[in-house]
Amino acid sequence: MSAAELTQDDFPREAAVPVRRLTQRRLPRWAPWLFLVVAAAVGSGIGAAAGLKSHLQWGLIAAAVFVVGQWAVSASVEGRRRATDRLALSLVGASFLLALVPLVAVLAYTISKGAGKLNGYFLTHSMNGVSALDNTGGVYHALIGTLEQVGIATLISVPVALLTAVYLVEYGRGKLAKAITFFVDVMTGIPSIVAGLFILSFWLLTLGFNYSGFAGALALAILMMPVVVRSTEDMLRLVPDELREASLALGVPRWRTILKVVLPTALSGITTGVMLAIARVAGETAPVLLLVFGNDRINNDPFSGPQSSLPLFVFEEYGKGNTFSTERAWAGALLLIIIVMLMNVAARVLARLKAPKNSR
Amino acid sequence: MNLNRIGRSKRVMALGALAAAGALALSACGSDTNSGGGSKAGASSSSSSGSIACGSGKGQLLGSGSTAQQNAMDQWIKDYQAACSGTTINYGGGGSSTGRTNFLDGKTTFAGSDAPLKAAEITQSKKVCSSGSAIDLPMVGGPIAIAYNLPGVDNLVLDAKTLAGIFSGSITKWNAPEIAKLNPGAKLPSSTIQAFHRSDGSGTTYNFSGYLNDAAGTGAWKFGQTSDWPTKTGQSAKGSDGLAAQVKQVQGSISYFELSYAKNSQLQTAKINTGASAPVAVSTDAAAKAISTAKVVGQGSDLALHLDYATKADGAYPISLVTYEIVCDKGNKAATLPALKSFLKYTASSAGQQSIAQLGYLSLPSAISDKVTAQIDKLG
Amino acid sequence: MTPPPPTRRPATTPGGQASPGSVPGPPSGGPEAPDHPSLRGRGGGRAGDRVFLGLSRGAGILLLIVIAAIAGFLLYRGINAIKVDQGNFLTTAGWDPNGLKPVFGVAALVVGTVLSSIVAMVIAVPVGVGVALFISHYAPRRLAQLLGWVVDLLAAVPSVVYGLWGTLFLVPKMMGIHTWLGSYLGWVPVFNQSQPGAYPRTLFTAGVVLAIMVLPIITAMSREVFLQTPRAHEEAALALGATRWEMIRTAVLPFGRPGVISGSMLALGRALGETMAVAMVISQGFNVTLHLLDPGTSTTIAANIANGFGEASRPVGVDALIASGLVLFVITLIVNGIARWIVARRKEFAGSAA
Repeated sequence: MSAAELTQDDFPREAAVPVRRLTQRRLPRWAPWLFLVVAAAVGSGIGAAAGLKSHLQWGLIAAAVFVVGQWAVSASVEGRRRATDRLALSLVGASFLLALVPLVAVLAYTISKGAGKLNGYFLTHSMNGVSALDNTGGVYHALIGTLEQVGIATLISVPVALLTAVYLVEYGRGKLAKAITFFVDVMTGIPSIVAGLFILSFWLLTLGFNYSGFAGALALAILMMPVVVRSTEDMLRLVPDELREASLALGVPRWRTILKVVLPTALSGITTGVMLAIARVAGETAPVLLLVFGNDRINNDPFSGPQSSLPLFVFEEYGKGNTFSTERAWAGALLLIIIVMLMNVAARVLARLKAPKNSR
Repeated sequence: MNLNRIGRSKRVMALGALAAAGALALSACGSDTNSGGGSKAGASSSSSSGSIACGSGKGQLLGSGSTAQQNAMDQWIKDYQAACSGTTINYGGGGSSTGRTNFLDGKTTFAGSDAPLKAAEITQSKKVCSSGSAIDLPMVGGPIAIAYNLPGVDNLVLDAKTLAGIFSGSITKWNAPEIAKLNPGAKLPSSTIQAFHRSDGSGTTYNFSGYLNDAAGTGAWKFGQTSDWPTKTGQSAKGSDGLAAQVKQVQGSISYFELSYAKNSQLQTAKINTGASAPVAVSTDAAAKAISTAKVVGQGSDLALHLDYATKADGAYPISLVTYEIVCDKGNKAATLPALKSFLKYTASSAGQQSIAQLGYLSLPSAISDKVTAQIDKLG
Repeated sequence: MTPPPPTRRPATTPGGQASPGSVPGPPSGGPEAPDHPSLRGRGGGRAGDRVFLGLSRGAGILLLIVIAAIAGFLLYRGINAIKVDQGNFLTTAGWDPNGLKPVFGVAALVVGTVLSSIVAMVIAVPVGVGVALFISHYAPRRLAQLLGWVVDLLAAVPSVVYGLWGTLFLVPKMMGIHTWLGSYLGWVPVFNQSQPGAYPRTLFTAGVVLAIMVLPIITAMSREVFLQTPRAHEEAALALGATRWEMIRTAVLPFGRPGVISGSMLALGRALGETMAVAMVISQGFNVTLHLLDPGTSTTIAANIANGFGEASRPVGVDALIASGLVLFVITLIVNGIARWIVARRKEFAGSAA
């Protein structure tokens, strides 16, 4: 039901009896904090009494006590509606905390394992001539490879995907648009290694090209396109029609309306989609393994000769299974996160500079 | 309004320029030269470089395949490139089948493989080896350790029949009578045996199942010799490193992988009762002893081996892995042939074989490496 | 190919397929529009429109060609494999395509893929939507912006990192919850543990890793649509005396539902196809089982491809893996179809602020 159709009947008064107070009875503002303290105490108490070793369980018990206890007290004092409101707040807050735990754990663990190795030497050296017993070697060659491959993949896929999404939302109806929509859905289901296999048999075996960073970029582009199309499509559909109508009514041609009104309005959402796509492919190992071959030396040219890439580097070093290589794998993983995040920030800054000022 | 827009697009352009400048700056500061790092390997490379004959070899060698020989290849490539600066060599892992396919597609100069070529592949190879066919050169060998995690039990002894029982799921407890009989006096717990095997196809599985097949006797192991783990029991992990990590973490676990992984993770390894006078502990020397009796089963210039898994010789450790380099006997690409011959000759030489001993590989017995060297001389 | 009608989409609804002509839009300057003098833009408008339409349609067609090429390639290779399969490709639980007598089937793989993704979605969708609501409607505005950034950044953690983290850090920590679920909820078939105390490299752990991976996707997309809820709707609800939760339930959620669904579908697509992380975490097996907590019993299609590819025989072994990839396609298609159907059915609730 949409808010526009709501009437007062949808939010019934607490009671049908004559109202004695102007305001309902409310819990004091500090009540949630009190509940929190009580819940923490009860949680630790039960945890300690039952001899539970895992402090995670203490926390879970405390959270359950907090949610249930607050609801019960609030329901008896303030009525069910307020209680539900508080329940929603505590559930939303709890889900936020719950989500933070693993995400922070991933970052913290990667940083703690990788930061020690991530230094100037590591960043500026390749793996050329590093054997299993050497605590040297670095990631420079893989860094170059990843930046070039992901960059090329983005340059190929984003314009095609944006135009396709524009076609679907702004122009497309009929069979062609239906077919495209359908097949874009098909494409989201392509396992990454299968995309790699396709490029392998098409680009390397049928057309006879050799291993190169560009071949890897082609596979990554295939993986990026459907993600960008889907998210861009959704974001374009969110642009209010009034904007288009206003622009068209002023006599602005349709293509200029799309370029100057529709796309800028949806830009921040589109950027989010593109960044998600880049994040997805930047960590892809399998297709890269098939197509760029891997190289311990620096190869700045993505169009000829084998290259390496960061995820491939991480995967290979993890697979070597000795102490030094595992350290290098973690450092590579940390670097990969940092790069993708930096790109993310840069894209966001750009989107903000370009976006219309009035958007929320 | 207009001014505002210009200001904004200027900022955007400035950001773009900054990014471009950053990329340029980045591409200028990398280095391919790694310092020795003060490790043992640095010393070995300088000592062995004297024995490398670079010949007229120049250019780029591309090889791929077996991950079991990856560490050996890294070491050899390091030594070789240090001595012969004109040649660059890339060895990409990816698996033996991938390596063989890359080679048969004509995309690589050589392949590393845990299992020898199949007959169909040799036929297929005539396309890339215009005047010859592909051959197997045994190059890298290493013992496969039976590693276990059982606190309080230090000198576990097992035999082929018991291993077959454990890994096919018919022996499930550590204090089973079959194990107790081989370990009189050991305090075996009653816990469940958690047997880990490779989830990906692998040369270690190929050789381990070959050992069970040849040495366990009829009926104990019904699954033959195979690269893919054949039974539905037990747990799995990807890669030898994955298995080693599991054994390290899980009490009551047992698994099989190259000795180097057991050493790196400081895991206990079982002795094998082969029927010799005393159970044999895993070591590169003991494995080399068993490999010296291996038979060449390849046709013509192919040097594929069949290992004597059922050996009963004193001090010979029966479970080993031998991996091959695959090249054309005739019809290798002329541009890279001199470099290929020179590189392979170094890897087969005693200096080459010794330089990988510290990594947990064994030195191939001279009976085998002499044949390999002679064949490399004949490559065309 | 007939060009699509020139009128633009009427009343755009988020993600929904509005029926043509439901709200008559103003005539547009599209290439085939009647030449109406008042609508001629400044010079070159029509030519520009034609070029732009051509470009965007060309991009769509290019995409179509690429997909058709991939689909054709996969069908060809996949059918080759199914032809030599000695077992039934759909019902066999086992994967042995490399021998002389290839026997393989996707039954166990499909069950594993679907189960692990269900676990992931059951965890990630409620939590993800909760986080999105927290950011869009509960947190103070400055904090919300910061949190939005943080979630976006977390979506940037590559899957190979989750794989590393999952296998080295998370798996040992999952022991407790496996024992707990197994001993208290063991009567539910999915939580039945046939080997209590086994090391938890299970479908359930894989599902948890997947949930963590896709959570930022769901959150990012949901937050984006929640923020687009028309202010008027929210203020109307509040003015009628709704509590904050009632406002969200009646104004924000109905408006954002299609966005939540399409974000969830994007996430589900990734969960179904995620390769490296699952391959590194799970202990692989090929039994059809609902037991989430038993290791070594099942795996997913994508993880099996990653695991098996390096040593798969040519061509049968690789073709068999490709055939399983085709099945993954079909699953993704069905899932997407369901999602589109839900979104289309719900479109009336998302009435635009016309």
